[in-house]
Amino acid sequence: MRTAAHHSLSWWLLALIPLAFLGLFFLWPLGSVLVHGLFDGGFDVAGTWAVVTSSRTADAVVTTALLASAGTVGSVLLGVPGAYVLYRLRWRGQRAVRAVVAVPFVLPTIVVAAAFSALLGRSGPLGLLGLDQSVAAIIAALVFYNVSVVVRVVGGAWAGLDPATAAAAATLGADRRRVFAHVTLPALVPAIASAASVVFLFCATAFGVVLVLGGTRVRTLETEIYLQVNQFLDLRAAAVLSILQIVFVALALWLSAAARRRRERVLGGRSLDGTRPFVRADAWVAAPVLLTLGVLVAAPMYALVERSLRTLDGHGFDHYMALFGEPGRTVLPVSVAQAAVNSLVTAAIAAAVACVVGQVVAALLTRRSRRSGALDAVVMLPLGVSAVVVGLGMLLTLNRPVLGIDLRGSWWLVAMAQAVVALPLVVRTLVPSARAIDPRLRFAAATLGASPWRVWTRVDWPLLRRAFGLAVGFAFAIALGEFGATTFVARPDRPTLPTAIYRLLGRPGIESIGMAFAAAVVLAAMTAAIMMVSERMRTQVGADL
Amino acid sequence: MNHSTQNAASRAGSAPAGLEVRDVRVVYPGTPPVVAVEGATLSVAPGETVALLGPSGCGKSSLLGAIVGIVPVAAGAILWDGSDVTAVPVHRRGFGLVFQDGQLFPHRSLARNVAFGLEMAGIAREERRARVEELLDLVGLEGYGARAVTELSGGQRQRVALARSLAPRPRLLALDEPLSSLDADLRARLAVDVRDILAAAGTAAIVVTHDPAEAEVMASRVLRMADGRLL
Repeated sequence: MRTAAHHSLSWWLLALIPLAFLGLFFLWPLGSVLVHGLFDGGFDVAGTWAVVTSSRTADAVVTTALLASAGTVGSVLLGVPGAYVLYRLRWRGQRAVRAVVAVPFVLPTIVVAAAFSALLGRSGPLGLLGLDQSVAAIIAALVFYNVSVVVRVVGGAWAGLDPATAAAAATLGADRRRVFAHVTLPALVPAIASAASVVFLFCATAFGVVLVLGGTRVRTLETEIYLQVNQFLDLRAAAVLSILQIVFVALALWLSAAARRRRERVLGGRSLDGTRPFVRADAWVAAPVLLTLGVLVAAPMYALVERSLRTLDGHGFDHYMALFGEPGRTVLPVSVAQAAVNSLVTAAIAAAVACVVGQVVAALLTRRSRRSGALDAVVMLPLGVSAVVVGLGMLLTLNRPVLGIDLRGSWWLVAMAQAVVALPLVVRTLVPSARAIDPRLRFAAATLGASPWRVWTRVDWPLLRRAFGLAVGFAFAIALGEFGATTFVARPDRPTLPTAIYRLLGRPGIESIGMAFAAAVVLAAMTAAIMMVSERMRTQVGADL
Repeated sequence: MNHSTQNAASRAGSAPAGLEVRDVRVVYPGTPPVVAVEGATLSVAPGETVALLGPSGCGKSSLLGAIVGIVPVAAGAILWDGSDVTAVPVHRRGFGLVFQDGQLFPHRSLARNVAFGLEMAGIAREERRARVEELLDLVGLEGYGARAVTELSGGQRQRVALARSLAPRPRLLALDEPLSSLDADLRARLAVDVRDILAAAGTAAIVVTHDPAEAEVMASRVLRMADGRLL
């Protein structure tokens, strides 16, 4: 049994890598947010309570709940018919349309915000609706961002529904409407609930979209944390609000876990083809649904591109050229092109860190056990804490020398914050591939004389390489578009592309705003390119196994 | 091989050469823990092939795993030429294992599958290539070296698995139901082949099987097992 003890020791030694990383850049900052919020130089219930009960806080909580609910309802109302047309029905060109509908979800939030502000702003194509800085604009952006989640999750369930059940109900005398209400819809409820709870979580933690489109008028918990830090310099209030946000997110996560458990129970692992070919009569449903989805996805993107090209006298590439020039000290201390380079460098470091740490975690999680379950839970924690809270925590903690090293304003802290945000997704990408490798393949290598390290390099790594490439792509895209944590940690003189876009959006004048839109188009193109390369990697992974 | 076993035998005095399994017990954790093997004692002489015969779930694969080192031993000892190897990790034990479904490395060609153990042993490229050729010859797959393992039939895969395990000259070869994933016709033919290949290689071997006919063909001695105990 000496070998077992040895194994256990090396497992824990290896686990020190992710635990140290998360401890320093996530758990400690999170802890200091809690301490700051509750104690602040002494246990001060009254001070905490004053923040919790202030009218600003109540306002932010109500707005957060309202926006999240409205965004969820909107996504479901549009997503369920979309799921029917794009997944239950079968028609030519469907795959391309599905891909288009999925595009918004991979866009950085600052790009979505810029696109809606281009569409609804005073000089935008829909400017005369007067929706700028309104709740309706934010809800539309949230639906734009999240509708694809509902379409995909509900569509997957709908495509696997047994059509025989509906046929049976029809033979029992149910007309089409009653078949839908009494047979189809109840069968879809678990999938809808599961998708809705995920969308609710995304909407409740939406930051960039609310900050840009809401301005100072519409404030959620997330943006209120930011405003307290940046405008009122009240770290105490920000910390208390962060605690409220953690509670809020925990509630949303708990709901989503409950919904997922129910869905798994219903699905039960069966898979059958419940799709049917498109017939002419379907056009009455398909046309309005596709039109609505098309307008929702295309209009903001069109407005963004159009306004990035719009100049004082017609259209041209002036704003794109201006990205390379110095915009003037009061707007941005460096050119937007320099900010893009900063972004690429930090995102590359963040992706490398997240993927190396994620790979170690995946290796440790390959064999299921109680300790690997515990590690899994710790690594997934950043998912349950909004990026804004992560950023605030880093600002509070690492703003002083740590172990004799002065981290203050270190530019690579941005990369670490982005790596923390990307890590859970990296782990979720790698672990299934690592678990898909038959453990007996490793035993076969061991009986041929391969030590555990060589088993990893000669068997695991060659089989995981493509999944690793996919994870690198995802992590890079996430880091590139990361806004919530980055705004807190990025130094003003070293902006990333998203923070530069945010700064430019807030400046008056067609020059600044035009540059903001041009920069957003560039960021969207960069993200799309990365996602396309990664997705190619994914299909190759599928072909291999 | 012969030389070294003689040395070991003279050093250990009366200790028998080859494999000796003493009172081995295998327990799988759980509530309650499952005792898969209880008090198993057996020996395999150098060059001998022994079959472990029993119905599925009788613990024969667990016993084989314990001998090779991929299943932890709860009690008892495993010895080779009189020295205790119970605590020696799998990759230093020098026991080969052939799985029921081959478990070939999907990312390596046929030849590079066979070469794996030789690479681990740090054998030079030229010598490695010669040994791979020799083994592909032995299992009747000469000239197939560059093929991808995904292109092979079930029978060919098991031949490759056998060649791969034999390549680094293991002290003992364990075969876990090596033929049961194949169809009946192929099984009968391959059983004879396996016996001849093992005889030609001169390796001590343990074959786990649930088929009495197969056990008779492949092994010189048959041990029966039921409910975790050797009969």
